[in-house]
Amino acid sequence: MESSQQRARAHSENPIVRYLLIGSALLFLAFFLVTPLLTVFIEAFDKGWDAYRAAIVEPDALSSIYLSLMAVAIAVPVNTLFGVAAAWSITKFDFIGKNILVTLVDIPFAVSPIISGLIFVLMFGAQGWIGPWLAEHDIRIIFAVPGIILATMFVTVPFVARELIPHMQAQGREEEEAALVLGATGLQTFFRVTLPNIRWSLMYGIILCTARAMGEFGAVAVVSGHIRGQTNTIPLHVEILYNEYNFVGAFAVASLLTLMAIVTLALKKIVEWKISE
Amino acid sequence: MKTKRNILPGFGISTGFTMTYMSLVVLIPLSAVFLKAASVDWSQFWTTITAPRLMASYRLTLGTSFISACLNAMFGLLVAWVLARYEFPLKRIVDALVDLPFALPTAVAGIALTAIYSQNGWFGRYLEPIGIKVAFTPLGIVVALMFVGLPFVVRNVQPVLEDLDKEIEEAARSLGATRWQTFRLVIVPTILPALLTGFALAFARGLGEYGSVVFISGNLPNTQITSLLINTKLEQYDSAGATAIAVVMLVISFALLLGINLLQARTRRFQEAV
Repeated sequence: MESSQQRARAHSENPIVRYLLIGSALLFLAFFLVTPLLTVFIEAFDKGWDAYRAAIVEPDALSSIYLSLMAVAIAVPVNTLFGVAAAWSITKFDFIGKNILVTLVDIPFAVSPIISGLIFVLMFGAQGWIGPWLAEHDIRIIFAVPGIILATMFVTVPFVARELIPHMQAQGREEEEAALVLGATGLQTFFRVTLPNIRWSLMYGIILCTARAMGEFGAVAVVSGHIRGQTNTIPLHVEILYNEYNFVGAFAVASLLTLMAIVTLALKKIVEWKISE
Repeated sequence: MKTKRNILPGFGISTGFTMTYMSLVVLIPLSAVFLKAASVDWSQFWTTITAPRLMASYRLTLGTSFISACLNAMFGLLVAWVLARYEFPLKRIVDALVDLPFALPTAVAGIALTAIYSQNGWFGRYLEPIGIKVAFTPLGIVVALMFVGLPFVVRNVQPVLEDLDKEIEEAARSLGATRWQTFRLVIVPTILPALLTGFALAFARGLGEYGSVVFISGNLPNTQITSLLINTKLEQYDSAGATAIAVVMLVISFALLLGINLLQARTRRFQEAV
């Protein structure tokens, strides 16, 4: 019989190697992840609480917060609906071209944010497909709010679907089939059987989708036109302040996005813990 | 046996909605790039995408993405190993922190990294006197891409390391392998597909990354990445030029996406076989 000590030694290193590995990993993370996080808050409070508050309650900052929240309020529900529909279609049915559809859902992840903005300029811009028609009817999409919302929708398409598909695939179809055989309607089956099963991964997808919708920079920068107080989202407002060397202002507004990121990570952990239960 | 009849409802509406939405929001807008490119004269297209400034940007974008993905593969493996194998204080918080680059908007990461590595920054102030300039150089781009790419490697490798059967390592040891030999000959081959997938995802992300890079690169002649040049063309109302460069980037991205999907399918098969 092998002693338990020997067994442990078979899949662990001696303590010195172990501490060296843990130490270097933590040092690496401290340098690469923790310092940027701390920098945001230290720079934001560089001139004290009053300067911080002033940078956030200033009208242009508030209007950027309002616009970001509006983009989230439209893009997230729509993409949630899409994610549920796509996951239902892909995991509950077999059809030709299903694998292609799964790959297509991921496309916005593979496209550079700048290109995600460019495609909407090519469609709705002054020289774009329907640009002249839009100009005639005095409808502005590019360099206006609708363009920002469209670009945000594009970059956040995959989030909910990606979380739901593997989870619903693993769950199979038997529970829904049982509910239907017992006489439940389609909607009853979805709301009483499917939804309770997927609620945590759905939540997780919505959290990630929201974080990205609030924080998207490249795609939105291309279509926004950077009109202060009108077409600036929070990240674009940060960019403007930073380029004006207003570092306290830039980091103060950035700290809001950083807090959102921290809340996102905390929620993610809670959801993971719920899923594993 | 013939496949049994599927009694689940909603096939038409869910598939129809999915296809329509994908077409309207993703496919039709994306096809605009290729249609626009097709309308551009071929020789003009070729001149645009092979201009010296662009060739330099391809080299810079590919080079910095490759180097940062390599460094991420190394450090990501280290972090994944430590998280999967050892216990230490605050481990749960460290584990959550690894996802920070996914959650933190890229523009915020960009300005924070620039502040740290510029001349008066926390690190810059010590690095510049010894001759290492990070901000506003290609090295800064590597740092930014390492930040955004790290979670891809860790989150791909960590679950494979956690699932690794301890008995295989015990067998290796009882057959006389040293710990290093076990790592090299047993563990590395098992995690290699996942490590490669993480590397490829980090690399692909690096090619298209914009927000975290623009601030630290400073838009100097030798630090212009390809995404930035697309944006510059657009700001000059040269949408044909912007489109030509976008086509080059899209072709590379789609080729990578295809490769990554094949790699992931392999990883999954491999894991199921073990």
